[in-house]
Amino acid sequence: MEIGRSIHRVDALDKVTGRAKYTDDFRGQGVLVARILHSTIANGVVKDMDLTEARKVPGVVKILTCFDVPDIQFPTPGHPWSVEAAHQDVADRKLLARRVRIYGEDIAVVVAEDEIAAEHALKAIKVTYEEYPVYTDPEAAMAPGAVAIHDEHPDNILRHTCFDVLTPGAGGRGVDEVFADPAYRHFEAHIDTQAVQHCHIENPVSYAWMEGERIVVVSSTQIPHIVRRVIGQALGIGWGKVRVIKPYIGGGFGNKQEVLYEPLNAWITTQIGGRKVKLELTREETFQNTRSRHAIHFDVKAAVDPASMRLMARTCRAVSNQGGYASHGHSIVANAVTGFRQTYPDAFAHRSDAYTVYTNLGSTGAMRGYGIPQCNFAGECFMDDIAREMGWDPMAFRLKNIMPLGYVDPTNGITCHSTGLAECIRKGAAFMDWDKLRAEYAKPQTGPVRRGIGMAVFSYKTGVWPISLETASARVILNQDGTVQLQLGATEIGQGGDTVFSQMCAQAIGIPTEDVHIVSFQDTDTAPFDTGAYASRQTYVTGKAIKKAGESFRAKVLDFAAGLTNLDRGNLDIRGRDVVSTVSGEAVLSLADLAMEAFYSLSHCEHITAEETVQCKNNTFAFGACFAEVEVDIPVGKIKVLRIVNVHDSGRLINPKLAEAQVHGGMSMGLGYALSEEMKYDDKGRLLNGNLLDYKLPTAMDHPELHALFVETDDPSGPFGNKALGEPPAIPVAGAVRNAVLQATGVAIHRLPMNPQRMVEAFTEAGLIEKGE
Amino acid sequence: MMEILHCTVNGKPVEVGYDLRESLLDTLRDRLGLTSVKRGCEVGECGACTVLVDGVAIDSCIYLTAWCEGKHILTVEGLQGENGELNPIQKAFIEEAAVQCGFCTPGIIMSAVEIVGSGKQYTREELRKLISGHLCRCTGYQNILNAVERAVDECHKIVGK
Repeated sequence: MEIGRSIHRVDALDKVTGRAKYTDDFRGQGVLVARILHSTIANGVVKDMDLTEARKVPGVVKILTCFDVPDIQFPTPGHPWSVEAAHQDVADRKLLARRVRIYGEDIAVVVAEDEIAAEHALKAIKVTYEEYPVYTDPEAAMAPGAVAIHDEHPDNILRHTCFDVLTPGAGGRGVDEVFADPAYRHFEAHIDTQAVQHCHIENPVSYAWMEGERIVVVSSTQIPHIVRRVIGQALGIGWGKVRVIKPYIGGGFGNKQEVLYEPLNAWITTQIGGRKVKLELTREETFQNTRSRHAIHFDVKAAVDPASMRLMARTCRAVSNQGGYASHGHSIVANAVTGFRQTYPDAFAHRSDAYTVYTNLGSTGAMRGYGIPQCNFAGECFMDDIAREMGWDPMAFRLKNIMPLGYVDPTNGITCHSTGLAECIRKGAAFMDWDKLRAEYAKPQTGPVRRGIGMAVFSYKTGVWPISLETASARVILNQDGTVQLQLGATEIGQGGDTVFSQMCAQAIGIPTEDVHIVSFQDTDTAPFDTGAYASRQTYVTGKAIKKAGESFRAKVLDFAAGLTNLDRGNLDIRGRDVVSTVSGEAVLSLADLAMEAFYSLSHCEHITAEETVQCKNNTFAFGACFAEVEVDIPVGKIKVLRIVNVHDSGRLINPKLAEAQVHGGMSMGLGYALSEEMKYDDKGRLLNGNLLDYKLPTAMDHPELHALFVETDDPSGPFGNKALGEPPAIPVAGAVRNAVLQATGVAIHRLPMNPQRMVEAFTEAGLIEKGE
Repeated sequence: MMEILHCTVNGKPVEVGYDLRESLLDTLRDRLGLTSVKRGCEVGECGACTVLVDGVAIDSCIYLTAWCEGKHILTVEGLQGENGELNPIQKAFIEEAAVQCGFCTPGIIMSAVEIVGSGKQYTREELRKLISGHLCRCTGYQNILNAVERAVDECHKIVGK
C-alpha cells in the first residue's frame, strides 16, 4: 500500500541542500529591475505626474505611468473562469491606477538597470493628487453621501445577499416564527475579527521576457494556469501568447492564489522590447499591496430549546471589509455565513445576511480557510456563551448540535458523506483530560493568574463544487527503466502535494512510490490543465485525475504485457516492479524489460502514456476539533497556552507524517490569529505595522508543543477515501483559546486578537483590573 | 566603484568584486550563485538569509560584504561531505518532516549548525529561544525543533564517545 505510508517528502533533499530553485534563483545576470511608485494618499485621483527629474537618473531605462496603461479592467482572484458573465469575477483593476483607492496604490513603475537607480528615480517623480475622504470601515463607506470608490458601485457595497433557509422536513417554520416562540431562550452577540496577512517567507516575485511574439513569465504562484489567463485578459491578448512557469514557491497560503503583479510585469516587458525584467516586492510592499484576510464583523442571534439543548433557529449578519479592490469578491463572506450555518444545522431555520463593502484599506482576498476562520471564531464564541448562560457543558452542547452523517446542505447540496467529528471531540477530550480539568477550573479562582480549558469544532468543505468548476488533469509517462513520470497542473506550494500525488499515482498503478518521478514545476506550455492549489482541493480533485490516469496507464501496460507474453490479460497484474500472473503469483515480466520492449521493439514499438481529465461534481465535509488549556495573567493581559491539540477527520491520510506537519502549521497560524496578529491602519488608511518586526508573527518562543491527532474515516466520495486537510488546521484554534480564557476569567471576549492591550481593556471593563486614574 | 573581497566561502578561497554598499546576501546570491541564501525581508527580521561568518550565525541581508575581508563564510551549499553525504542536521530535517515550502530551511539549518557546533546540550525551551530569530509560516516550528533537538543529541553522542 502506497497510500498511508509516511515516506519522506520527495522535495526534501533538494530543500535541505539549497538546490531547490525558487523564482529568483533562476533569473541569471543582466536582468532589468522594475520598482513601483505607490501613492501617498488613500482615496483620490492622480492629476499629474512630473517625470523630468526621474528620467535624468543614470541607469533608468523606462518610466511607465497610470496614463500609459491599456484601458482594460481585469479580475485577479484565482477562481476557475466562468463562461457565464453573471458568474465571472469582478474586473475592477487596471495595471496601474489613476483612480487611487488604497494608500500605496500602484501609480507608476520605473524600469532600471539596478535597484538603486530605480529607487532614486521613484523618489524624483512628482505627483499631484485630488484627494477624497478616506473610508477605513464599512459603515462609513456605506453611509449616504460617501464618495464611490468604484463608479460601478455608487453605495460602495460590492454585493449584499440575504438568504432564508428552511430545514427540509422540519415543518416550514421560518426564522421569525421560531424567534416568536416563547418556549425558546434567545441569545445574541456582536463579534469582530481582524485583518491578518499570510506572511509566506518568500515575497511575491516574478520575471518576464518575450520569446518571439509571446510573453514568458516565471512567478511564485499557486495557480500558473490562472495567471496565464489573467495576463491574457489584462493585456487584451490571446491566452496562448502567454507562457507561465512556476518553480518551487516559498509559501502562499492564499495570497498567491491571486494574480498579483504578473500582468504588470508581462506588460512592462512588452514596453521595453521584450527585455527580461524582474519585479520583486519588498516585505513592506507585500504587506501593503498584496492581500490579507478580511476583517468581518458579525451580529448573530439564536433561539435555543432549553429542553433538548438544540439550536432551533439562528441569524447571522456579516459585514466584510473588502478594502479597495474586489479580489475574490463576495465569495469569502458568503462562504463565512454558509460555514456558520453548516457546522450546526438549525432545527428549523436560518437567516444569513452578508455584505461585502469597498473601503480604502488594503485589499483582502483568500487566506487559508476562506472566511471560515472568521465565522468559526464567531460561531464558537457564541456556542460557549450560550452554554455558559445555560449551565451546559460546552462539549455536550456541541455534540447535540453538530452536523450529522448524511446531512445535505439545503442550498448547495453539499453532502456529509462521512464524519468523524463526534469521535474527534471525544479523542481530543480524552487527550486533554477534559472532564477533570473542566471541573477543576470551574471552581472559583481568585488570584491574578487563572487557568481554563476550552474547545472549538469546525466543518470545512473540500474544493469548490458546486459553487465553481472543479477539474483537473494528470499525465503518466513510462520511462525506459519501468518507472514513470507524473505530470500535473496542480502545484506543490510547501504543503507536500508532490509527495502525496506520487503516492496516489503509485497506488493506482501498483508500483512503489520510489518509481514515480514527479515533474514538480508547472510550465503552462506543457503541464496539463489544473486550476491550482486552493480550497484544500488538490488531493481530492487532482487525486481523482491521478487515480484515473494511473488506472488507464496500468491497463495499457497490462495490454502490452499480454501481447508480449501471450498470457491471458485477465490473469495479469502489476505488483511492485513486475507484471505478475495472478494464477501462479509469479512474476512473468519485469516492468523494466517491458519498457525496453515498448520503447525499442523493431516490431511493436509503443510509447505508453496515459492522460486523463476529470470534472469533479462532488464535495464532502472535513471536520475537526481543537482543545486548549490556558493560563491567564490578568494584570498584564497575557494569555499563555499551556497545552493544545487539534484532532482532524480528513478522511484517509495519504501520508500521516506530512498530514501531522500540515496540522502543526495551521495551529501556529491559528495561534497567531488568536493572540497577536493584526494589520493596524491609521485614519488615513496607512498600514502602521507592515513589516515582520511590528506585525506579530509567532516565533518558536510563542508556542507550546503542538499536538496533532486524527480520526480516519473512509470518505466514499474521495479518490482514496481522503478529504480536505490543507486549510482546516488553522480554523478552530482561536475559538478554543478564547473559550479557555472564558472559563479561566469569566470574561467573554468578542474581538480578535486577544493581545495584552485588548485583554487588559477587557479585564478592566469586567472589573478584574481596577480602573487607573 | 568596485572593491575586491578576499575571503573563504564554503572552504574555498574566493576573490570577488563587489559594490561597497552591497550586503553579503547580494554578493552570495548574485555574484557567487549561492542561491540557498534566501531574501525574505532585507532588514534582519525573518532569518531566511542566515549564514555563518567565522562560525557565527548572522543575517547576511544586514551584514556588509565589506566586513567579510579574510573571513570564513559557510552556507548550506558547503555542508555536504566529500562524497555528497548529508550533514546530520540535513538528515534530521528530512527525517523529522521539518521541511515544507523550504524557504526558511537553509537559514534555520545554518543556525542549527552553530547550535550543534557549540558542543553543548540544550533544553527544548533553550532551543526555542535559539531559533527564535527565524520565522517559519509552514511548520509551527514543531518538527524543526524536533530536528534540531535530534541533531544536537546525535552529535553530542558522537562527541561524547
